[in-house]
Amino acid sequence: MTEAAIADPPRTARRRSRWSALFLIGCLLLILITAAAVTAGLVWPAGPWVQAGDPFTPPLTVSGLPLGTDGLGRDVAAMLAYGARVSMVIGITSTIAAAVIGIVVGGTAGYVRSWVDDGLMRFTEIFQTIPSFMFVIVLMVIFTPTIFTITLAIAVVSWPPVARLVRAEFLSLGSREFVQSCRLIGMQPVRIIFAEILPNCFSSVIVVSSVMVATAVLIEAGLSFLGLGDPNVASWGGMVAEGRPVIRSAAYLSVVPGFAIFLLVLSINIVGEGLNDRLNPRLRNR
Amino acid sequence: MPDSLRFLIRRILQSLLIIIGIIVVNFLILNLPAGDMADVMAGMDGGGDAGYTEQLRREFGLDRPLPAQLATYVGHLLSLDLGYSYSRNMPVLDAILARLPATLLLMGSAIVLAFVLGILMGTLAGRNVGRPLDAAISVVALIGYATPLFWLGLLLILLFTIGLGWLPSGGMQTIGMRGSLLAQWLDIGRHLILPACTLAVFYLAIFVRLMRSSVIEVAGQDYVRTARAKGMSERRVYLHHVTGNAMLPVLTMLGLQIGGMLGGSVVVETIFSWPGLGRMTYDAIFSRDINLLLGVLFLSSVCVVVTNLIVDLLYFWVDPRIGVKG
Repeated sequence: MTEAAIADPPRTARRRSRWSALFLIGCLLLILITAAAVTAGLVWPAGPWVQAGDPFTPPLTVSGLPLGTDGLGRDVAAMLAYGARVSMVIGITSTIAAAVIGIVVGGTAGYVRSWVDDGLMRFTEIFQTIPSFMFVIVLMVIFTPTIFTITLAIAVVSWPPVARLVRAEFLSLGSREFVQSCRLIGMQPVRIIFAEILPNCFSSVIVVSSVMVATAVLIEAGLSFLGLGDPNVASWGGMVAEGRPVIRSAAYLSVVPGFAIFLLVLSINIVGEGLNDRLNPRLRNR
Repeated sequence: MPDSLRFLIRRILQSLLIIIGIIVVNFLILNLPAGDMADVMAGMDGGGDAGYTEQLRREFGLDRPLPAQLATYVGHLLSLDLGYSYSRNMPVLDAILARLPATLLLMGSAIVLAFVLGILMGTLAGRNVGRPLDAAISVVALIGYATPLFWLGLLLILLFTIGLGWLPSGGMQTIGMRGSLLAQWLDIGRHLILPACTLAVFYLAIFVRLMRSSVIEVAGQDYVRTARAKGMSERRVYLHHVTGNAMLPVLTMLGLQIGGMLGGSVVVETIFSWPGLGRMTYDAIFSRDINLLLGVLFLSSVCVVVTNLIVDLLYFWVDPRIGVKG
C-alpha cells in the first residue's frame, strides 16, 4: 500500500519474519489452551469443584497441585482448564452466531439495496450505538445467566461490524462483471448469492471474526467478574472475582486466572493478525 | 452555508432516529421475557405480592395495548423521565446526575491520557516502520489490547498499593480529609491515577495501532513528498503535515469508543470503588434495579450518539469535502 514498502524490500521482509515468529508463538499458545480445554475432563474427571488439598495452598509447593488451591481447597489448575472450555465455547459460538446474523442482515441489505438497505443499516446503527458491555449487563440481569444466554447476548451486541462489512462486500461484488454475467445468463438470485458472492466474502468475514472471538472472551470474563456469569461452571472472570477479597494474602488466586484470560486473548489476536496478513491481500503491506 | 446547514440538519435527524430506535430496543427488552415488566420488577424487588404487581401494572399502564405502551414509554424517555430507582429511593435521572461528575472526571482523564500517548506512540511507530522502536511499540499495543481491565487494575493495586504503598487503592478522596481546596484536589488526583491509567490502557492500544497505520498512509502522500522536496526538516514535516492529518481517523475512533469506555468504567470503578456511574451500575446489578440499569443504558447510548454527532461536525469543520460527498 505504501510506496516505501515497495521501494525497500528488505524492510518488508524483516517485518514479515518478525510477524511469522510471533504468529508461531500465538498458534502454539492457542493450541496449548485448546488442549487444556479439551482434556480437562480426562485429567480431572471429578470436575473443578472437588476439594483437592488444603485451602490456600500456594502454587508450586505441593506436588500434583502446580497452581495451588483456592479458599475451598479446590485445584486452581483444574478450574483453569474447565474455565478454558467455557471461555472458548462462548467465544467461538457467540462469534459464529454473530457472523450468521451479520451475514444475513448485511447480505440482504447489500443485495436488495434501495429502501431495504437503508432500513437495515439504520437498524444496524442502533445496535452499534448502544454501549455493548452495558447492553450485555442489562440483558444478563433480565435473563438468567447461562452459557446459552451469555452466548446469545454477546452475539446480539457483536454482529454490527460483520453486517457492515458483508454489506460493503455485497455492494462491490454485486456490480462486478462475474456477478453481472451470472445475472445475464439467468442464474437464480439464491444461487448467485450462495455460490458466487458469499464465498468471496468469507476471507474478510474470517478476519473480522478472529477479533470478535477475542472480544467475546473479554466480555464473558468481564461479565463473570461482575458476578453475571453462569454460576454452574468454572470461569476465569469468576475466579479473579473470588480471589479479589484475599488479594493481600493469596494474590495468585486472582493473578493466575487473569493471566490465563490475557494469554488466550493475546494468542487469538496474534493468530487473527496473522490470518489478516495472509487472507487479506489488500492490507498485506500495512 | 446552505450545504453545511443541510448536513447539520440531516445528521441531527439521523441521531434522533437512532435514539428513538434505542428506546424501542429498551422497551422490547423489558417486554421480551415471559410475563410483563411488572412481573420482572416485582420479582426483582423480591416480592411475590399480587397486589404490588397489580399496582406496578397500573403505574406503568401495562393493562393497555402494547403500541400505546410504547408510545408512552418513548414520550417518557424523550422528556428524560427515566422512572424511579427503588434501590436508591430517588428518580433515576437524579441518581445518574449525582454520579456523573466522578465518571466524567475518570473518563476524561483516561481519554486525554490514551489520546495524547496514542498519538505520540503511534507517530513514533509509524515514523520508524520496521525498526526496533516500531516493534517495541507494536508489542506494547498488542499487550494492552489483550489485557482484561479488571486484571490490570488488580495488578496495579498489587504493585502500587500493596507492594510499594505509593497510591491509594480505592475511593475518590481520603476519608475525613481536611485541608485547602488545592490539597483536596491533589488528594482526588492521587486517587485518580490508578483507575485512569487502567481505563486508558485498552484505548491507548487501539489508538496506537490506528495512528501508526494512519501515519504510514499519510506519510506516503504527495504533499508530504513535496514538503520534503522543498527542504523541510523531517521534524517539521511530521509536526505540520503528517500528525495532524493522520489524527483524523483516531478522532473518529475516539467517538466510536466512548460507549466501550462507559462499559469499561463499570469494571474499573468496581475495582477501585470509584463513586461514579459504573460503580452504581455494579450495585444496581445486585439490587436488580432494572429501572436504574435501563436508565444508565439509555443515557450512555444518547451520550454515544451525541459524541458521534460532535465528531462528525468537527470533521465537517476540518474537512468540508465530507458533507458534499455524503
